[in-house]
Amino acid sequence: MKRYVGILSLALILLAGAVIFSICLGSVGMSPGEVFRILAAGGGKSTHAKILWEIRLPRVLAAVILGGGLSVSGFLLQTFFQNPIAGPYVLGISSGAKLFVAMTMIFLLDRGMMITSAGMVASAFVGSLMAMGFVLILSFRVKKMSMLVVCGILIGYICSAITDFFVTFAEDSNIVNLHNWSKGTFSGMGWEQVGMMSICILFCVAAAFFLSKPMAALQMGEAYALSLGVSVKRLRVALILLSSLLSATVTAFAGPISFVGIAVPHLMKLSMKTAKPLVLIPGSFVGGALLTLICDDIARSLFAPTELSISSVTAVFLVPVVMVMMIRRRRTE
Amino acid sequence: MNLHTENLSVGYGKKVVVDQVELTLQPGQIVTLIGPNGAGKSTILKTITRQLDPVKGVVYLGKKQLSTWQEKEIAKELSVVMTHPVSPELMTCREVVSMGRYPYTGRMGNLTAQDNEQVEKALALVHGEDTADCWFHELSDGQKQRAMLARAICQQTEIMVLDEPTSYLDMRFKLDILKVIRILAVEEKKAILMSLHELDLAQKISDLIICVDGNKISDIGTPEEIFTGNRIQKLYKIDEGCFDPETGAMFLSKEEKSPEVFVIGGGGAALPLYRKLSRKQIPFVAGILSENDVEYRVAKAGAQQVVAAKAFFPLGQEKLEEAKALLDSCKWCVGKVRDFGPGNMENQALLAYAKEKNKLISEEELWQR
Repeated sequence: MKRYVGILSLALILLAGAVIFSICLGSVGMSPGEVFRILAAGGGKSTHAKILWEIRLPRVLAAVILGGGLSVSGFLLQTFFQNPIAGPYVLGISSGAKLFVAMTMIFLLDRGMMITSAGMVASAFVGSLMAMGFVLILSFRVKKMSMLVVCGILIGYICSAITDFFVTFAEDSNIVNLHNWSKGTFSGMGWEQVGMMSICILFCVAAAFFLSKPMAALQMGEAYALSLGVSVKRLRVALILLSSLLSATVTAFAGPISFVGIAVPHLMKLSMKTAKPLVLIPGSFVGGALLTLICDDIARSLFAPTELSISSVTAVFLVPVVMVMMIRRRRTE
Repeated sequence: MNLHTENLSVGYGKKVVVDQVELTLQPGQIVTLIGPNGAGKSTILKTITRQLDPVKGVVYLGKKQLSTWQEKEIAKELSVVMTHPVSPELMTCREVVSMGRYPYTGRMGNLTAQDNEQVEKALALVHGEDTADCWFHELSDGQKQRAMLARAICQQTEIMVLDEPTSYLDMRFKLDILKVIRILAVEEKKAILMSLHELDLAQKISDLIICVDGNKISDIGTPEEIFTGNRIQKLYKIDEGCFDPETGAMFLSKEEKSPEVFVIGGGGAALPLYRKLSRKQIPFVAGILSENDVEYRVAKAGAQQVVAAKAFFPLGQEKLEEAKALLDSCKWCVGKVRDFGPGNMENQALLAYAKEKNKLISEEELWQR
């Protein structure tokens, strides 16, 4: 049996276990048996059933779907830039999405309207495409991996500065929501949002999966991909749109989440011992889902009832991975 | 399938690098581009492989313009090997080679038994079986390039374009790769277009040579036509003595100085001395050699002057007098002739003359002074 089949199966089993564990975890304790009973009954009238069905299950599903989407987005960006350090957070794409969501939120709240989830996704998508555009322009001029990261960080700073500017002049009552959201969190997810994000993310991941073959050719470099019959320009546009839509969806629903996009594809490559997109897209999705779910569990239970922002947990666990990766790469370059 | 260009100007954007590129590829023929760095060889190849758009003019593949072909269909007709091997991470050598099957595989790129057979065949042809299961990024440049060639082979195209495929390789891999290319042209009737920096190899492998010189194609012809006179020296803008078109050998240029040492040679015995004198930049003259002596080319390249008689003629009294006059202007004379016979009696006389003038010393004595 191929190594990656084993790793993928293992990751799926772990993910299933983590889902059950995460549903049980919380201030109101539940046993796995109880969870299964409630799930089998399809809900119920008890408090436990309500907590499970309306709070925990959507939250867990959101972490799974968004975490998976985020790391697939990272994988697509890495293939696009042919650069292992690319990811939606590092390249400033999440910040661009955040800026536009913040602007739209404030604009609508000023007029006494609430933003819908579709509106969030749309404005995040516009923002991430704008940020991506900037990165693209810069990446034509600078080819070096380290410089690309610096550019991304700079774009992140600019976006944060503009976001701050809007927040400073917004009504206090309007920015409470924004503040919570912009820290990055999975709390307060409802079924409507879970449905919406599932459609976006699963569509993009499936589309990316069907681009596995040309993506594998692109890993050989643009010139060779071209000579193998890949329409490189079209593939690049597809990769940009898919990865932007993925990170936009994640940012719209959960705020900017750091480092999952870089670290997870890398960890999966190392453990599966392959870089084939055909294997790595599903691998990154499952791995991203698992890691994000675990990080969310830590974020909400470590100092319960106070919740940490999800990014502070992912950063603590994943920054070392990224550092090791950069050092190793430096050595082989 | 053949490929030809019409009125083609290649370059970047609107800027023309080489104008009026007219070339035709025929099955079974190896066409080689030579020319100095930056002359535009790669620009031509990049245009033909669609990495660059033509500034002007048309590339025809078969009867149709290249730009009207579908990408996937071109990939079945034309494969590419570039100078720099790529370094995809976590791919085995076999996986890299099997990328060549891309135009033939289905939606998800899974290999059929037939695809695998082609991959193995290509690996065997380049003698790359032993490294097939190694990580590609851990291979040496030579092994990588061999795999890239195998990848192009299992793409099963009638035309192959190679951009300086041997530039970073050691002698063995250079020869290996060119040998495979020769087999592909002769046995599989592939049309091959490549650029090479190794002139001696270009001379030996090519059916047709195209000289690219800055903004134009300066010469097209068989190696026999191109490697004559001073065409190569003019193409690369080097001194005439620095290159021997008949053997493809290169020499370092010498400074014009008045000679200090006269070397009496012949038959190969003085070859090491010529090389050592050139290396130490000691100006010398050599004589009396016949033009078909094995020493003649090296002496000619290194010495300020060579006293030489026409091939198959006796050295002659006239040349002896010329040599004596030259010897008078030198400080020392070293004799490096093993045997004297009817063909070099004059050198014996010259040696006696040097002794008489008290200029004859041994090689060891020369280095001491």
